[in-house]
Amino acid sequence: MTVSLHTADLPRSLRPARSRGDRVFRFGVTGVGVFVLVIVGAIGLFLGAQLVPTLRRYGLHFFTQNQWVPNRNIIGVSAAVLGTVEVALIALLIAFPLALATALYISEYAPVRLRSLLTSLVDLMAAVPSIVYGVWGVFVLEPHAKFIARWLAEYAGWFPLFHVAGGDPHSASWPQSRYVASAFIASLAVSMMVIPLACAVMRNVFSQAPLHEREAALALGATRWGVVRSVVLPFGRAGIVGGTMLGLGRALGETVAVLLIISPAFDLSLHPLQTGGITISSLIANGFNEATSVQLSALLAAGFVLFCMTLAVNTLAAMIVNRSRSGAATEI
Amino acid sequence: MNDRPTLAELIEIQPSSAPTAPTVEVIRPSGSSATVTTIAPPAQRPVPSQGIRGAHLDAVDVSAWFGPKKVLERVSLSMEPGVVTALIGPSGCGKSTFLRILNRMHESVPGAQLAGEVRLDGVDIYGPGQRLTDTRKQVGMVFQKPNPFPTMSIVDNVAAGLRLTGTKIDRHARAELIERCLTRAGLWTEVRDRLGDAGGALSGGQQQRLCIARALAVEPSVLLMDEPCSALDPSSTRRIEETIAELRYDVTIIIVTHNMQQAARVSQQSAFFLAEQGQPGGVVEAGETERIFGDPHDRRTADYVHGRFG
Repeated sequence: MTVSLHTADLPRSLRPARSRGDRVFRFGVTGVGVFVLVIVGAIGLFLGAQLVPTLRRYGLHFFTQNQWVPNRNIIGVSAAVLGTVEVALIALLIAFPLALATALYISEYAPVRLRSLLTSLVDLMAAVPSIVYGVWGVFVLEPHAKFIARWLAEYAGWFPLFHVAGGDPHSASWPQSRYVASAFIASLAVSMMVIPLACAVMRNVFSQAPLHEREAALALGATRWGVVRSVVLPFGRAGIVGGTMLGLGRALGETVAVLLIISPAFDLSLHPLQTGGITISSLIANGFNEATSVQLSALLAAGFVLFCMTLAVNTLAAMIVNRSRSGAATEI
Repeated sequence: MNDRPTLAELIEIQPSSAPTAPTVEVIRPSGSSATVTTIAPPAQRPVPSQGIRGAHLDAVDVSAWFGPKKVLERVSLSMEPGVVTALIGPSGCGKSTFLRILNRMHESVPGAQLAGEVRLDGVDIYGPGQRLTDTRKQVGMVFQKPNPFPTMSIVDNVAAGLRLTGTKIDRHARAELIERCLTRAGLWTEVRDRLGDAGGALSGGQQQRLCIARALAVEPSVLLMDEPCSALDPSSTRRIEETIAELRYDVTIIIVTHNMQQAARVSQQSAFFLAEQGQPGGVVEAGETERIFGDPHDRRTADYVHGRFG
């Protein structure tokens, strides 16, 4: 028997000694991290604080009212919230397949020497200022996109989402003005900004698919598509979802392009092909110039709603991206 | 020598695995203090009545490059059905590259090139009009690191090759094939009750046998094994070697191994690869395993197989 040296059989302190440089570095890095959190938290608090005067003035109708008519003292965000989600989801619907296909092409199909060029081209899309996308949307995209909108309304107009009120596509001179400045066209422009973000995340995850699993599929006689199906997509599922949601966060907050394209309208109806619409950020950009102090609070409170939506989406996305395929199922 | 190792010997090797593997014994070669674990050679089964299956594989003047670097020079080797061929030699001598040339995996590495011909039953697999996927379907491969698809179930892993090559098969035949392949790979009894488990949840040795079953499911005529046991413990190694002996007459097997004893145990033909300093690798000597190990003609082969390699 060995003689026990310690009287208490309790877990010991496991704190190792740290060098001075290590301590300084840790302190510095922790400080920077905390600083970022404090800034984001302060922004949230500032925006949240605007809810108080807003709710005092307009009551809970602020959340349910869809009209925003400051002259008549009617202010509410429901149409803007709905419009924001509408524009973001349509943009995502367009961007998702394009981003996925682009990411797969770059990581799986493109010749090796072309890969870095294609990657930087897609990344360049993210570097284009959003006002450029807005102008492009108005002057280049819209004159063509309205025909797509009319085609959709003509053949799928029975479906409520594709209905355009007062935009009879069969009339001899079809009312073009009913098909422009719509949420659909704004979404097209926004999708161009979502693509590079979603594509970068997806491509990154795809390129990390383990080589030995790719070789396993290849050695069984798989085509490239077989490798994509059996290895790359299962491995990259988290990246696909996460990248898409990061893109959604981007789309929710897009301001200038939407502001330029869409003509403000506060209906609580989901007719994206039809002219008019509003999003929270374009509402703020539209209104804050002529707002009184209470109205400004209301605009910032609307911003708080957007802040919460984006924060929720981005947090969820980060959680999904970080949940890499580790743990029980991978390596034992 | 006693069948069972003594207690002292058991303590030398892992006590958890040793008692269940009585064929594992520990010897101490004279003049060496290292503990060497030896494994009994697998029992060879007689030639089956339906005859020998598998394909003839003929490598003719195969050279290989990675970018500007030549790694293999004019290797010619004939691999017969019913004969397990072992490729032996030190690291970096090109034997794995040679193996990967036999099922066109070599060219999946960027910058890889090759010369020469590989004839599968007389047809050059690199000839015009030859499909990559067809070749790989006929020439299966088991890798050094067990690589099952980790999130797929055991059943789906075995059937993966069918799905990937677009082979249609009805449910009954599929179930039969899965059982047959898992049985031939020596895994069926261990996993029959948990076929829905993820392939990644198996132990390393089981994963490797799952990979063998997966390779067998596309019914290849040649099976390449790239150091299949180097990541496995002795009892798993023995199971794989038994599997090789089982499969010998069904499929032409070519195995790369660093382990001389393993080459002697499982193969009937051996090829010794060597790369001199800064030179591309090549075959120094090839022939019947018994002769290569018992009476090598080349001094370098003798040095290597007797462990006198500097």
